This record gives sequence, C-alpha cells and structure tokens, in this order.
Amino acid sequence: MIRACRELGITSVAVYSDVDRASLHVRKADEAYHIGPAAAAESYLSFGKILDVAKRSGADAIHPGYGFLSENAKFAQACGDAGVKFIGPSPASMEMMGSKTRARQQMEKAGVPFVPGTSRALDSAEEAEHVAAKIGYPVMLKAAAGGGGKGMRLVHTSGELTSALQSAQSEAERAFGDREVYIEKAIVNPRHIEMQILADEHGNTVYLGERECSIQRRHQKVLEESPSPIVDPDMRRRMGEVAVRVAKAAKYTNAGTVEFLVDQGKNFYFLEMNTRLQVEHPVTELITGLDLVHLQIRIAAGEKLPFTQEDFRIRGHAIECRIYAEDPDNNYFPSPGKIALLLSPSGPGIRRDSGMYEGWTVPIDYDPLLAKLIGYGTDRTQAISRLTRALHEYFVGGIKTNISLFRRILIDADFRAGKVDTGYLDRLLKSEPPHIRREDAEVAAIAAGIFAILDPESAVAGNGSLSTTGSTPANGIAASSWKRAARVEGLG
Amino acid sequence: MVYDVAIDGKRYRLELERAEAGWRCRLNGRDIQMDAVLARRDVLSVLIGGKAYEIKREHTATDMHLWVGSVRYLAELHDPRSLRGRRGGATDEKGPRKLLAPMPGKVVRVLIGEGQPVEAGQSILVVEAMKMQNEIKSPKKGTVQKIVAAEGANVNAGDVLAIVE
Repeated sequence: MIRACRELGITSVAVYSDVDRASLHVRKADEAYHIGPAAAAESYLSFGKILDVAKRSGADAIHPGYGFLSENAKFAQACGDAGVKFIGPSPASMEMMGSKTRARQQMEKAGVPFVPGTSRALDSAEEAEHVAAKIGYPVMLKAAAGGGGKGMRLVHTSGELTSALQSAQSEAERAFGDREVYIEKAIVNPRHIEMQILADEHGNTVYLGERECSIQRRHQKVLEESPSPIVDPDMRRRMGEVAVRVAKAAKYTNAGTVEFLVDQGKNFYFLEMNTRLQVEHPVTELITGLDLVHLQIRIAAGEKLPFTQEDFRIRGHAIECRIYAEDPDNNYFPSPGKIALLLSPSGPGIRRDSGMYEGWTVPIDYDPLLAKLIGYGTDRTQAISRLTRALHEYFVGGIKTNISLFRRILIDADFRAGKVDTGYLDRLLKSEPPHIRREDAEVAAIAAGIFAILDPESAVAGNGSLSTTGSTPANGIAASSWKRAARVEGLG
Repeated sequence: MVYDVAIDGKRYRLELERAEAGWRCRLNGRDIQMDAVLARRDVLSVLIGGKAYEIKREHTATDMHLWVGSVRYLAELHDPRSLRGRRGGATDEKGPRKLLAPMPGKVVRVLIGEGQPVEAGQSILVVEAMKMQNEIKSPKKGTVQKIVAAEGANVNAGDVLAIVE
C-alpha cells in the first residue's frame, strides 16, 4: 500500500502498536502514529484510535489492507461518518456479504449457482434432519458469520447431525457472537477457485481471471496460482460473468473476490464474496499486468475503470507461496523470533512482497505471515521452475519457516499435473516425505572449522565454542554441550 | 588447528591450516583440495574439487546448524586442546542449572514453585508463543531454587526462566 501511494505521489500514513514500532511498514511510510498496545482489540481494531490518527494527520482515505478491519462494515461506516474515504466497497455491500445466509438469499435472487442447502439459519435439529435427508449426506454445517473454519462441521450420517449442530452453534457463538448455522451439501474434495473483480463507482464491473486456491491447511490458503490448471477460456468467461453478476447484485464497488467451490465435474458454486483485496492478489497482477492497489485508490478517488472487459487478457502463469514463520518439524506451529540472517531471492520472473528484514523480531502477537514469494513465467512449467529456483536461494535464519514445504509441493507429481483439491495438502503431509540426499556432511564438517577461524564472533558461548575460558556459566544447555564435548574427547 | 567436528552426530577429525594460496585441509587423515571465502557473516562460499557450495550458519538456543544448499546439518565443533583444561567440574551434574527460554513468548504458568523438589524432565514452566504452549522441563533432579520469570512475564529467546539447584 505504501509503495502504491509513493508511486502515485500520495503521502502515506502508517499506524502501529507497541510491538510493531520496528516493523517495515513503519520504517517505510511517510508518517507513522502509535495507536496502542500489542492486543489488536486495543490498537488495530480500535475505530476511535485509527480515525483519530486520520484526523490528526489530515488523511483523505484509509486503505484497510487485508486483515483486521478490512471486512468490517461498521468500520467502513465509521470512516464515512468521519468524512474519510474507505478504500473498499460501501458498508451496505460489506454487510450483505458479511452474513453468509443473507448473501445467499440475495444471490439466489440474482440466479447465482449454489451448493444445494438452506439459505436461512436452521431453527431446529428436525429442520436440519429434513434438509439433510433431502440434499443427501455428507452435509456441511456452517456458521453464517463464519470464516477460518470456525463453526464448521462435516456430517456423514444423520446420527451425528444433532450433536454436530449443537457444537457448531456454540462454537459460532463463541467465535462470532452469532449462533446462526446453516446447512449445505458437502462437496467431497472440491477445488477452491476464486474470481477477482473490480468495480468503479460509475457502474462498470469487470472480472480479472481466477485464482486456484485449493492448496490449504486448516482452511488457510498456502499456495495460490493463476490461471487455474483446470479452467479453460469458456469456463473462465462463465465464472467471470457470474462473479460480475454477484458484484452487481451487491452494488459492489472497488476490488473484491468471489469464491467458488468447484466439484470434480467442473461445476462451480458460489461460496462467498471477500469484500477486500486478497493476500494472493499479486498472481492476478502478474498475469494481467495491472496494479490492483493503484486501481483501488483510483476507483476510491472517483475515477472510471481505465479499461473494459473486452480489453481483458491474461498472459503467462503466476504462483504465490505464503512464507510463514512456522516450524515444519513441529506440525507447522508458529515460530516467532529474531531473524538472524536473511538471504533473499531475485532474478527473472520473481516477485517478493516481504514484511521482514534481518535483525527484525517477528512478533508473537499477530499472524506469522512473513512474505509472499511469487514466480511468474510464460507458462506453468516455467513459473514452477523459477519458483523452485528462487526457493533454493531463499534463506531465513534464526526462525523456522515453511519454505521447505513449498519445495516439496513444487516437485510433487500431483501438483505438477495440476491435480489439487482442498484435501491435497493434508494428503501430501501424511505421505512419506521425499528422500533428501544428505551427501554433503563432509562439506559441512569442513565449513564448521572454517567458520570457527574466519567468523568466530557469532559463535554462541553455550556451544562449547573455542573462545570460552574459565568456568562454564551455570547453563543447562551449555552444560549438556560440555558433556558431549567431554564424551567426544573421551572417545578420541 | 585441529578440531573434533560432529555432523548429525557423526564425528570427523578436521585439520585446517592457512597456506600461501588458500588452505591446507585434512579430513579424517585425507587431504582435501579446497578454498573458502567468508561472503558475509554466517555465509561461506566453499570450493572443493571444482564444486561450489554456499554454506549458511544458524544458531538456535541450543544448537548450531549448517545449511549446505537447502539441506540442514546439525554441527558440533570442539577444539580438543582447549577442552583438556576444562574437564571436571563443568561437566558434572552438581551445581545450579539455568532454564532458558527456547523462543520469545510469555510465561503463562509456573507449575513448580520455588523451593519445591523437581524430577529430571518434569515441566517447570509453560511459555506461550503465538498461541502455542511449550513446557519448559527441568534438566536435572533437584530443587527449584529460583523462578526468574514470573507468570505473565514476556521473555526473549535465551532469557533465564528459572534456576534448578
């Protein structure tokens, strides 16, 4: 966002919490203001504090990014009330799409294809039984206010339905303060494909191609690409036209994404609309040559879209990897900490949108997304090989990251064949990991000695290193190294 | 210099000396033609018999890792000569031992209070980082002498959490 502002000659104003003082966005913005403690509820989710900064700095508009308040209709309304332009759709469009059941009712009127099910909250277990029997098992229970897998239950038989409904309702209540749950036919191993749309404030709406987002874990996207390996021009046009219909029915403006579930027969069903810019927007930018953030700002400034649907062309193929601070050896649990060493890839067909730098401490308080690495090529094969190459150049030391996961995905035969669905990643992680040749142990042994001579400074004192003299610190870790050292010597 | 090196637990005897043009290197008694340049802190470029390697060094709270390309090796390095003088007291299990935070986070629970007995491997505190809870275990049987980081304290990697006597 800050880069787009600078490119457009707009002054950027950042806000930050206590733990983000040293974050990259604060370093790079033209102005930055502190808005409170680490807890998001008292900083990044506080309407008052953010609007106060807008007033103090004289900001004309607020870009909400893609987390925190970006899909909060009440915040968009509060911006409007404060005379600050919210860069995004109107509060009314956001509110309509924010409730999955309301969105479904509206979209049914607009003739949008849906997964069979109810578009209203379930009143009782009897009603759930009745609907489930009609559409056939397996069925999915979903929270109307949902997202991120909360309040969702897959139900295989009618015997499980009542208890699943109760637990989904109470989970929805806890997570969203709204116990409304509806029911849908469960599509087994669907693909998750979404369509980018863009609408100006003069009634022009276009679609900008799909993104294949089936590679997910815990309902979080991990890798996205565009175009999808299974979408041909005719399917793209049909999906795009439905997405435009959805947007128009919601009187939608600015950038948005219409998500679809796609079954094995390539039938697509409306899932939901994300009323914001998506994390994965760079893949669309690379294959369309457009800058979506520029266009968001220009639309918010009242400009007309500078092109029409007829001008839309896609060129090449782009794949994005979400680099997270996660430990692959510990079930991908978050791994915050200080980045001690950072070697970043570059070169042909590589785009890197990163929020990290060497010496920065990844805060424990927020989502551990570090960077997005995007590979672009004339076709999918070239995009994969460029991304693979770049992933081998990438090194993040001091914390654990999921970089190795992407190397594994990119060489996987099913991925290379484009055979992915939302169950793909769990299956891959359950399978035997590819054998890594560990033939360079001797090289490592030599390097260990060379490091000790050429670069002894950053040797850790607790590692039984050469420079330690006198008594050891009373350090459990160092002591165990010492024991190892003594054993080594005893053997030799 | 002579080093005892262990890579993934396998031991090597490494002899290194600066020579006029580069290095003299013997690994387990075998001469190896090689050249090495420190590209920057923690990054080496090593040439061995015409093959080029980029090696990255990384320290965790407990270990040293060396990455050759994209493959990680656990490395331990000792200088046998300097070890001789340090044998004895430092290696025994007596004396106080510190528990260090393996990652930055927040102490959410102290399970064993000061003055309480503790078994080796028993959890003393719980540190939470990014909503994951990690139990910090006692390295030895003894008594919790001091809890340095109280419940609710924010800690950095390497900070002392408690001392076991």
